[in-house]
Amino acid sequence: MSAAGFDPGAGVRSPLRPLARILRAREAGENPDLIEAEQRRRRHEATRDKARSRAQFRLMLLAFTFVAGFIAIGGRMAIIAASIAEEPVAEATGNPIINQRADITDRNGRILATNFDTHALYAQPRQMVNPERAATELARIFPELDQGRLLRDFTGGRTFLWIRRQISPEQMQAVHDIGDPGLLFGPREMRLYPNGPVAAHILGGYGYGREGVNSAEVIGTAGVERFFDTRLRDPAEGGEPLALSIDLTVQATMEEVLDGGMVVMNARGAAGILMDVQTGEIVAMASLPDFDPNNRPAPLTTGDAADSPLFNRAMQGVYELGSVFKIFAAAQALDLGLVNPETMIETRGPLTWGRFRITDSHAMPNQMTVADVIAESSNVGAARIAQMIGPVRQRAFLTALGLTEAVPLQMVEAPTGAPIVQSNWSDLTTLTVGFGHGISVSPLHLAAAYASLVNGGTRVVPTLLRQDRPLAGERVVSAETSAQVRMMLRRVVTDGTASFANIGAYAIGGKTGTAEKPGRGGYQANRNLATFASVFPAEAPRYVLIVTLDEPVETSGPQPRRTAGWTAVPVATEVIRRVAPLLGLRPTGTD
Amino acid sequence: MTEMVYGSVPAQAADPILPRWWRTIDRWTMACILILFAVGLLLGLAASPPLAARNGLPPFYYVERQAIFGGLALIAMLAFSMMSPQTVRRLGVLGFVAAFGALLALPFLGTDFGKGAVRWFSLGFASFQPSEFLKPGFIVITAWLMAAAQDFDGPPGRLWSFGLMGLVVALLVMQPDFGQAALILFAWGVLYFVAGAPMTLLVVIAGLVAFGGSLAYQSSEHFARRIDGFLAADVDPRTQIGYATNAIQEGGFFGVGVGEGEVKWSLPDAHTDFIIAVAAEEYGLVLVLVILALFAVIVVRSLVRLVRERDPFTRLAGTGLACTFAVQAMVNMGVAVRLLPAKGMTLPFVSYGGSSIIAAGIAVGMLLALTRTRPQGEIGDILLRGRRG
Repeated sequence: MSAAGFDPGAGVRSPLRPLARILRAREAGENPDLIEAEQRRRRHEATRDKARSRAQFRLMLLAFTFVAGFIAIGGRMAIIAASIAEEPVAEATGNPIINQRADITDRNGRILATNFDTHALYAQPRQMVNPERAATELARIFPELDQGRLLRDFTGGRTFLWIRRQISPEQMQAVHDIGDPGLLFGPREMRLYPNGPVAAHILGGYGYGREGVNSAEVIGTAGVERFFDTRLRDPAEGGEPLALSIDLTVQATMEEVLDGGMVVMNARGAAGILMDVQTGEIVAMASLPDFDPNNRPAPLTTGDAADSPLFNRAMQGVYELGSVFKIFAAAQALDLGLVNPETMIETRGPLTWGRFRITDSHAMPNQMTVADVIAESSNVGAARIAQMIGPVRQRAFLTALGLTEAVPLQMVEAPTGAPIVQSNWSDLTTLTVGFGHGISVSPLHLAAAYASLVNGGTRVVPTLLRQDRPLAGERVVSAETSAQVRMMLRRVVTDGTASFANIGAYAIGGKTGTAEKPGRGGYQANRNLATFASVFPAEAPRYVLIVTLDEPVETSGPQPRRTAGWTAVPVATEVIRRVAPLLGLRPTGTD
Repeated sequence: MTEMVYGSVPAQAADPILPRWWRTIDRWTMACILILFAVGLLLGLAASPPLAARNGLPPFYYVERQAIFGGLALIAMLAFSMMSPQTVRRLGVLGFVAAFGALLALPFLGTDFGKGAVRWFSLGFASFQPSEFLKPGFIVITAWLMAAAQDFDGPPGRLWSFGLMGLVVALLVMQPDFGQAALILFAWGVLYFVAGAPMTLLVVIAGLVAFGGSLAYQSSEHFARRIDGFLAADVDPRTQIGYATNAIQEGGFFGVGVGEGEVKWSLPDAHTDFIIAVAAEEYGLVLVLVILALFAVIVVRSLVRLVRERDPFTRLAGTGLACTFAVQAMVNMGVAVRLLPAKGMTLPFVSYGGSSIIAAGIAVGMLLALTRTRPQGEIGDILLRGRRG
């Protein structure tokens, strides 16, 4: 491409060697090439000026573009600089960590679980000045940390590691004093259970979910913390506390009395449930031994889970509870019109059924009224009543009382408390279930079933949430039957096996049960489960209280006594004596 | 004879070199470049200790190296700025030939430093990236060819320079080094634009660039990933851009304070491609705006001075050098604020660059030489002869 090629004016320019001037120059003896050179120079200048003027505009355009570009970058930079910084948290990819777990309160708004600001300790080994010293000092502050392992972590090329999930202010100061810039603190919240082990099994425990250096997700790991985890963490709830049906004072009192009773009765464990018979609200539920949810122990990996303090005997422990079941047979027979409380029942033992012989623990008359069968706790009598009912109706009745499936309580462990029921409900099963063997339920089941029988006859489903009105449960027995049941339960206390509960201050009704625990080679006479299922006040019950002692032995007499009447009944009575005033019940007389 | 010598002022053939240089040089641009270099050292103090720590070197190892190479670069800049445009042209062409040879030898003698692209020669004490030295040479030779093409009966310089550009870009893409290839393409485009490209052709070229870009997107995963990252609606906080954005936010208007920045620990390229993020975090928007202003002053002053330039070669070469310098800065900072897709490009004179800062010094030295005040055949040149060179 030549210069002339893009010069539109090339055609009309004067020629490089204008003939007239060349000839004139030749005649004058001058060099005609000079003329050509001059012409060339002129034309060259012309193209240059043209290119220059065009370039001038384009250069200004370029300069303008660059200035605009720099201004755009500066403006954008200013917009970003003016916006709020957000720490890039590698752990939190999607939605941010929401760090407002709602409190849990008892029925009166007293705190059962709340949050507390703390710090996590983490390390960025790359920023460490002296990893050896840091590891040594940390191992001194936190004896459970291994110095060698810390040093390996600090020098092994890791960029980040958690050292402790939460530390106390004193520990934080001690770590500050190490003065290593690679040791850092991440603020976060921890769950605090200010009452320590009170209601530990109900509350459960917590752990950390997603963790960032600026916050960490507190998540429930057991109990209601886990069951209501979504509700407690839901921002839409606005941190509204979760009100349980538990009464903190009653709960603490019951735990105290049970603990004392466990010691006096030399029991391995104890469980107690106090429930409102109208609403199904669990006012107190305890299982001993217990634990501190602030420092929840690790679950057992070997052996029997029931040996762990984490095991909730009141809800998870399913046992053959024995004689406390007799009232179900009696109630159903009354409700079906098969008997009335004064109907005489054949109680001469032993009752044989195939290979099995059913006997009573002590001598009984040959015939007893239904009320006396309950009061004196005759196995043979209860079996005979159950025989009248038959397997199909018995099973339907126990199912209606909720005794054949797990209680739908608002705890994540609730399904593990499912009853053990014979798959083949034979005639023999009917007899044994009549006096509480051949079926394993938890004390919680028992509480619900007793409540359903004595509250006028409508089904009660236990709940841990505070209720505003009574449940309108389906009818289980008639109101008349319910009244007769209450009367019979009262007679157990006044004339029967639970005489220790016959105190003046409160009218208690109830039924004892002493079940031999199954072991290797059959039932063991010396290993009992003593239960007292009580209702109070007896005429118009408002609460049902179940107290179960595991392998109690009362040793004040010449012979060790293991029956519920001597073990569970006094403990339950003491519980009632202590909690009834707290529940607003007026004593009816003096003790 | 005696009186002719005695007492007379010795006649000078020409002005002394240094005073004339001082009188004719664009002192504003030079001052801006010196300030930029100082800012670079300042930021190097902040940004490079993490790198030194990672490589097990003394904390200010890279600052010292930057100071040494920067000193060499400033010497090169001063030396080149004293040359005449003719000398610049000659050296530029020779330099281009040498750098081109080195570029050809890269596949056999070069190293990739484990970064996936063979771009460097390792010299032991320093590495050497031929494409950095190729750029000023390429601009000079292209300007020469295009200026010659404007001459009456000149060679077809545009066609030749186009072929040369294609060759160089092809070599760079093979490395692959799309950044440098794009810069070469841009430099040629600017020269062609200022040399008088027909508007229709410009439109066609723009179309071709778009086509080439989409081709590269489909054929190179390396390239595609960066574009995808840019087009994604949300900034992933774990990417370099995410950290850079956060650093700018943290810095705010006045910065978090000297040495208080955190981003340099998380960004592997904090001392090179994302040096502006370090600047924004530690010194705030204020320093960023100062840096932007410095680049803007350099490019605008150079272009405005070139507007008056009569010699086509000087004008073209100066324009090419100034625009390449500016566009490199613009891409670097545009990436950090996410106006442009992530493309590794250093901030001239500010980023840590080892030997490449010498190449930048040479380029700026050439620019200063080409923007020196010269008589432009204007009436002012004659009237104000006493004041100008």
